[in-house]
Amino acid sequence: MPLKKALCAATALTLASAGAAFAETTITIATVNNGDMIRMQGLAEDFTAKHPDIKLEWVTLEENVLRQRVTQDVAAKGGQFDVMTIGTYEVPIWGKQGWLVSLNDLPESWDAGDLLPAIRNGLTIDGELYAAPFYGESSMVMYRTDLMKKAGLDMPEAPTWDFIKQAAAAMTDKGNEVYGICLRGKAGWGENMAFLTAMANSFGARWFDEDWKAQFNTPQWSDTINFYMDLMNNYGPPGASTNGFNENLSLFQQGKCGMWIDATVAASFVTNANDSTVADKVGFALAPDKGLGKRGNWLWAWSLAIPAGTDAEDAAKEFIAWATSKEYTALVASKEGWANVPPGTRTSLYENPEYAKVPFAAMTLGSINSADPTNPTVDPVPYTGVQFVAIPEFAGIATQVGQEISAALAGQQSVEEALEKAQALTVDEMEAAGY
Amino acid sequence: MAREITQKRKIVNTLVAWTIGFLIFFPILWTVLTSFKTEAQAISDPPVFLFFDWTLENYAIVQERSDYARFLWNSVIIAVGSTVLGTIISVPAAWSMAFVPSKKTKDILLWMLSTKMLPAVGVLYPIYLIFIELGLLDTKVGLVAVMTLINLPIIVWMLYTYFREIPGEILEAARMDGATLRDEIIHVLTPMAIPGIASTVLLNIILAWNEAFWTLNLTAAKAAPLTAFIASYSSPEGLFYAKLSAASTMAIAPILILGWFSQKQLVRGLTFGAVK
Repeated sequence: MPLKKALCAATALTLASAGAAFAETTITIATVNNGDMIRMQGLAEDFTAKHPDIKLEWVTLEENVLRQRVTQDVAAKGGQFDVMTIGTYEVPIWGKQGWLVSLNDLPESWDAGDLLPAIRNGLTIDGELYAAPFYGESSMVMYRTDLMKKAGLDMPEAPTWDFIKQAAAAMTDKGNEVYGICLRGKAGWGENMAFLTAMANSFGARWFDEDWKAQFNTPQWSDTINFYMDLMNNYGPPGASTNGFNENLSLFQQGKCGMWIDATVAASFVTNANDSTVADKVGFALAPDKGLGKRGNWLWAWSLAIPAGTDAEDAAKEFIAWATSKEYTALVASKEGWANVPPGTRTSLYENPEYAKVPFAAMTLGSINSADPTNPTVDPVPYTGVQFVAIPEFAGIATQVGQEISAALAGQQSVEEALEKAQALTVDEMEAAGY
Repeated sequence: MAREITQKRKIVNTLVAWTIGFLIFFPILWTVLTSFKTEAQAISDPPVFLFFDWTLENYAIVQERSDYARFLWNSVIIAVGSTVLGTIISVPAAWSMAFVPSKKTKDILLWMLSTKMLPAVGVLYPIYLIFIELGLLDTKVGLVAVMTLINLPIIVWMLYTYFREIPGEILEAARMDGATLRDEIIHVLTPMAIPGIASTVLLNIILAWNEAFWTLNLTAAKAAPLTAFIASYSSPEGLFYAKLSAASTMAIAPILILGWFSQKQLVRGLTFGAVK
């Protein structure tokens, strides 16, 4: 009776697949397009092999698209994602809103105590850890050792802004298209304002005083922006008002920048001989200071978080515990070498003698440790965040301020005009927001 | 008497036309060329044009990293589905506006067009919330519906202008021969307007294929089309230009080929009724 047999077989098969489907949980992970995240996708088989009942779906998007997408989804409770990649700016705001699941109950072996304190503090609100750091970054000075030597200067490990200016002047050779310093000029809260806010911290400036009053009319901000303009106009590349991370990376890799102050993650790019023409001539130093006790470096961590209301919370936690574990670090090291391990999240990584051999390891750790998101400025402030202010209004305000300063850099207005407009628009927006 | 066109003038005109054509096409050409470069060559200054070591590495990486076939399939369903649905709705609508206009027809046409004047982001939240309520987020059905509604004004407008070129007497004759309304639209009007309908359909497939606001905002993993595929290769921190170019080339290739093969139809349709 072949028909009956076939029917029985089909029924058994259907039941089996239905059973399998029932046991399987799918988690959708929203992530950004950067080297560390792409590497994690490639290594995710290690996770699925250990958890055959969990299926992973990836949504990889450009950083700004992702930010808008996940914000919209978490605010409207769309339930599209079970794990989200979010930054240090979003975590405190979303945590306070009750949009994220607390990760205090991740397994003991995950070892929360091993996280770098600066990074952990930025992700903790009222004692609840709302996101697990996947990789952390700060900013530092990258410079050309050969040009520095040619200029007869010696880069200290912790330079001052005055030294940076002196070095920029000495290294600039516009005839040969070598510019002493490359800095961000493109407008945006995560573009020029990330750099300038961190720089302003070292000049003693701050976004708001303790009463949430905007501070762009203070001499500290005027000093910061004038110093920046002076550097960029005299020793920077032409058209700097549209340069962001990628543009400066490209200039540096082609040997056109003497110094570049930007994200620590750039270190692995500029020292990669496949892409960089100056790979063996790059040195690193801490971000500059003004002798006021704060350095001009930022602090950022791409972290994994779970939106409240997901129906796959347990599976999402399993995944986060895997992706941000010490074991994952060891897995990357064994497959792709220590230089490719996601940096900046765990103390144990920096205690590892193998990792210490990576040329930029010590400077990355030093930079991260010298930034304190809960105490970012010389004078006290009511907010957390080094290169940002962790309030929802900040992204909009800082992008507008960034446009004013970018316009000044492009020569469309003076520094004074830009700061006046920045002050006026910040006051307006903050009043409208009820501060 | 026809104007005399000298040989010299012909050559100049041809050269000017080719130069303009090349300039318009250049960004696409550059994207395709970049997709065969290494990341270092992609950003080199001065830029390398043709003489570099051509590599297929970027395509290999993109293939390995992303499920291209799934994105492509979603794009096809969304673009073709919304165009077919839109055309089915628009043909009768355009017929009534062209052949039995009322006093308000002009106003309705303008009102339909006015929906295109609002920036899409203005209605993002209402639509997002409706989609959550209806369980349509990240589904092809939801996207087909949205893309149909978005392109409907354009389809109706285009068909309306084509139908107006067709003499109403022909339809009248068909009616006198006993054709029903359905026969009249399907067997008389449609065959006569085929060039116009074809170019409308093609243009709308292209528009739906390239639409990158709703397709990015209303999808996640399951229904994401090629626009999301491209967005996954862009990055503000890190150089991905060559891979991004490879992804873009793969995303535009199908529609470019479709456009190439149907260009005769497209031009005929777009100039339909231009010469009296």
